[in-house]
Amino acid sequence: MFSFQVIIDNFPVLLWAARNTLLISVLGCLEGLILGAVICAAALSARPGLRRAAAIYVSFFRGVPLLIQLLVAYYLLPVIGLNVPALVAAVLTVGLCAAAYLSEVLRGSLNAIPKGQAEAALAIGMSPRNIWIRILLPQALKIGLPSIVNELILLVKASSLVTVVGIVEITRMSQSVAAATYRPLEIYLAAAFIYLAINLVIAQAGRALERRLTL
Amino acid sequence: MFEMLQHYGPDLLTGFGITLLSWTLGTVFGLALGFVIEIVRRFGPSLLGYPIRAYVEFIRGTPFLVQIFVLYYGGPLLGLRLDAMPAGILGLTIYGSAYFTEILRAGFDAVPKGQIEAARAIGFANMTIVRRIMVPIMMVSALPPMVNFAIILTKETVILSMITVPEIMFQTQTMMSETFAFFTPILILALFFWGFVELISRLGRRLERRFTYYLLDRS
Repeated sequence: MFSFQVIIDNFPVLLWAARNTLLISVLGCLEGLILGAVICAAALSARPGLRRAAAIYVSFFRGVPLLIQLLVAYYLLPVIGLNVPALVAAVLTVGLCAAAYLSEVLRGSLNAIPKGQAEAALAIGMSPRNIWIRILLPQALKIGLPSIVNELILLVKASSLVTVVGIVEITRMSQSVAAATYRPLEIYLAAAFIYLAINLVIAQAGRALERRLTL
Repeated sequence: MFEMLQHYGPDLLTGFGITLLSWTLGTVFGLALGFVIEIVRRFGPSLLGYPIRAYVEFIRGTPFLVQIFVLYYGGPLLGLRLDAMPAGILGLTIYGSAYFTEILRAGFDAVPKGQIEAARAIGFANMTIVRRIMVPIMMVSALPPMVNFAIILTKETVILSMITVPEIMFQTQTMMSETFAFFTPILILALFFWGFVELISRLGRRLERRFTYYLLDRS
């Protein structure tokens, strides 16, 4: 029989574990945005070498499943003598992967900015770096907001994969609780609804932010 | 390295095969189910609109990993006792159907209303309109996102290794834990997925050319 009592009893621990899910996805998204802006700048630069490097980066991180990337980070970092905590490694890897997608989002939004903006900034004597940081990037972030929110939702779901490197977030916690209570159906469904709730909140917040920015 | 490949060759081949099989079945069934859902949403009773919306939101809002855990570990409690492989394919089908349904919805919405009205005016039945008018026109705008999602599904198949489906990820992980070798298994995985995704995107481009053939300027 389906038992709600099991869910009620174990809900607090699952919610507690949601902290790590949020931590990984939000930090991963921020890292992805910063790194993505750099990669996007490289992809649009005049130097062919930089453009090539950006293209390889994007195709690698979009082409290889995140699960494999996480395992590579998990096995490879100790081999090359870097002993970082698993949580740091996971956030870094998720962010590296997000950067590939977000750089493409930013590149798309930059195309939507009228050319006159950059030309006007150049005409009043702003440096290329300043034009990038003060004129282009803020507008690209605004135009790309729906896609960025979308990416954040994808990251919340992708963060379930970090259970393979032993970090206790919602999925990992629900695995242990399911093993302890012998009630996998209830526990995993509860976990699914927590993810759903997080994503609905993010989607709503994104829509509210969009409305504010487009006033 | 060569010896290792010789030893693990058969297992790896099985892994490749199972990954390809689960991807193919998951994509085909997912697309079929998504198509049925979209047709029901469009032509069926409007009462079904809400459950379908809830289904799509639930599947798209939760991680695939959690979905197959519910299916594989939670299913037996509801009397749904599946082996890892069928559970994995069913999981991919359900996951894919929610996304394909949304892609098809956008595609059908992009079909000009006049085309459908004209077809209705000359007396086409609903299903004939779908088959002869809506699907061919929808394919032009919906095929690229469909190929895109098929590529995303290739990467979701590695998650099946978590419920012990012996696909390529599972095999290479076994290889890693038995030999402590790290470089070769990862290289195999990377090469396999690179080739796999490249193959699908080429296939997709060929399909695209077929479906947009009539749009070409042949003057």
